[in-house]
Amino acid sequence: MYLYDELDRTLIAERVGEFRDQIARRLAGELTEEEFKPLRLMNGVYLQLHAYMLRIAIPYGTLSSAQLRMLAHVARHYDRGFGHFTTRQNIQFHWIKLKELPDAMAELASVGLHGMQTSGNNVRNITTDQWAGVAPDEIEDPRIWAELIRQHVTLHPEFSFMPRKFKIAVGAAAQDRAALRIHDLALRLHRNGKGETGFEVMVGGGLGRTPYLAQTIKPFLRKRDVLSYIEAVLRTYNQFGRRDNIWKARIKILVHDLGAEAFAKEVEAEWQSIKDGALALDPAVIAEMAARFRYPDYAPLDESPPALADARRADRRFDAWMSNAVAKHKIPGYAIVTLSLKPEAGTPGDCTAVQMEAIADLADRYSFGEIRVGHEQNMVLPHVAKRDLPRVWRALDAIGVATPNVGLVSDIISCPGLDYCSLANARSIPVAQEISRRFRKPELARELGRLHINISGCINACGHHHVGHIGILGVEKNDQEFYQITLGGKADDDAKLGTLIGPAVPYAQVADAVETIVTAYLELRERPDELFVDTVKRTGIEPFKERLYAAH
Amino acid sequence: MTSPLDQKIRISGPVVITANRLVDGAVVYRRADGAWTDNLEDGAIAMSATCARELLAAATKDEISAVGAYIAPVRIAGDGKMRPGNLRELIRAAGPTVEQAATKATESVDVPL
Repeated sequence: MYLYDELDRTLIAERVGEFRDQIARRLAGELTEEEFKPLRLMNGVYLQLHAYMLRIAIPYGTLSSAQLRMLAHVARHYDRGFGHFTTRQNIQFHWIKLKELPDAMAELASVGLHGMQTSGNNVRNITTDQWAGVAPDEIEDPRIWAELIRQHVTLHPEFSFMPRKFKIAVGAAAQDRAALRIHDLALRLHRNGKGETGFEVMVGGGLGRTPYLAQTIKPFLRKRDVLSYIEAVLRTYNQFGRRDNIWKARIKILVHDLGAEAFAKEVEAEWQSIKDGALALDPAVIAEMAARFRYPDYAPLDESPPALADARRADRRFDAWMSNAVAKHKIPGYAIVTLSLKPEAGTPGDCTAVQMEAIADLADRYSFGEIRVGHEQNMVLPHVAKRDLPRVWRALDAIGVATPNVGLVSDIISCPGLDYCSLANARSIPVAQEISRRFRKPELARELGRLHINISGCINACGHHHVGHIGILGVEKNDQEFYQITLGGKADDDAKLGTLIGPAVPYAQVADAVETIVTAYLELRERPDELFVDTVKRTGIEPFKERLYAAH
Repeated sequence: MTSPLDQKIRISGPVVITANRLVDGAVVYRRADGAWTDNLEDGAIAMSATCARELLAAATKDEISAVGAYIAPVRIAGDGKMRPGNLRELIRAAGPTVEQAATKATESVDVPL
């Protein structure tokens, strides 16, 4: 966990005080809506279909049990008893009242949580691998870098009014679990030929109306140069990014229009003028930041406790969950446990106050008080002793977060869609729910293997549909909901945008269409271990298209 | 950003003026007497663009009560009652079409810690 200092606490508390005053002035009619709207957005407060929505940042997806308990408290006392975890390691409350917001925010601030920069044309919550600090394939903890960047860009005046929002992700493992290439800027920590660690810098990724994958503009950036180089990228974007057209304002359009090479040259020129200045990172500063991340006092434990093997033999449900939701930890005797927020026919990413409190209790008891949130809208207990897994599973199962579907067909990423969102054109959640019902049998899901379905209710693509193995995009035609389906997208280290299979299908036929596509995959795959996305890569979309449009 | 009042208003059927209440964001409709109601049935119906424009102009001025006023289609059902004119307005009026998570969770779960 990162330990907040007095500076962090003061900054958040002062912001709550300011916002309390701004809300009071708005309610008294001293501020117009035009004046107030940018102020509320700066604090993560949107106006959605039914109510105000409060988006709270969970920096790099790490939560303490105290923070999760506070989120439960806010859900229960200021909202309708639940929260929604998003694809950007944020949580949203969908039923917040403006008049109660200052109190809710003051309570959140007491545990270091806030909504700053979860909206607006600034640097948004910096995301990373939800297994940061515990994954065996990691070079070092990426959160140290995410936090250094977070501190630098928080309330930075130069980067508070950019052409559009700016999303940064940091990864440091062999496997990309942070969807790096769909970000405006991504850093990937790796070792060069000399064995030194540094960052590959990628820019210009993003989904939405014009999707692009980020391109590498610097293969190896020394650690000392991280802040100065990011500053150079942001300055270049601030200077050349378009402000005349909201649909062309993201950095991806600039990088595409200029070309990555020309963009990189502009960045390089800016960077040369600042790289040896105040932003060059002293090793002592990096060490100080690293020291602020405290790691558990792990005990020497048996990597293969006999009782665990016995429990797996004794209970098939437990065994299935172990195979699906439990991953190897870097410390022997410990495991990384993913909590599925995708129960059959549930709302992807929703978590009730009761569940949050139970998870916080479990984290205290079994995971050194720490919880993670991933962009796939699931949660993680990052440090569970393997000997405790049977007990942890029973508790997770009792609160409905042990569905053994992590990474499988019913582990669907979905935005809130037209049920909540004022930008949406079509519903996402009921589509996800119907698909999850169709594939509810665990044996079938296991047979299908890794298969990511991502659903967005509008072109803004919060549900990451372009990088779903099966991507579903809701559109509206003559007041009716239709859904475009793409195949073959992926967000891992070999990221790819999906290909549109053909004409959109109506709401009532989406789950049938997915079933047809999945059935086609079972017929087309060469081996049982050929993943859906690999079959699509090998065959192209044609055989899927033939079957889909013959059937419908 | 073009103000709603500067936009060309075209309507093809009955409409009401809707907005979100300032204090809590709840969906509200403009009544004929200039007050806001959370009951669509009590909303003032406009059948012409001129009438809709007048209602919207008055509603937009009253931003201390409600924000983001706009013209929304309605339809008159067989029973003579007013219904939302499209899915978006139906969801605004009736709430999400999906069960909300909290209603599925009991307040006391026996968690075997």
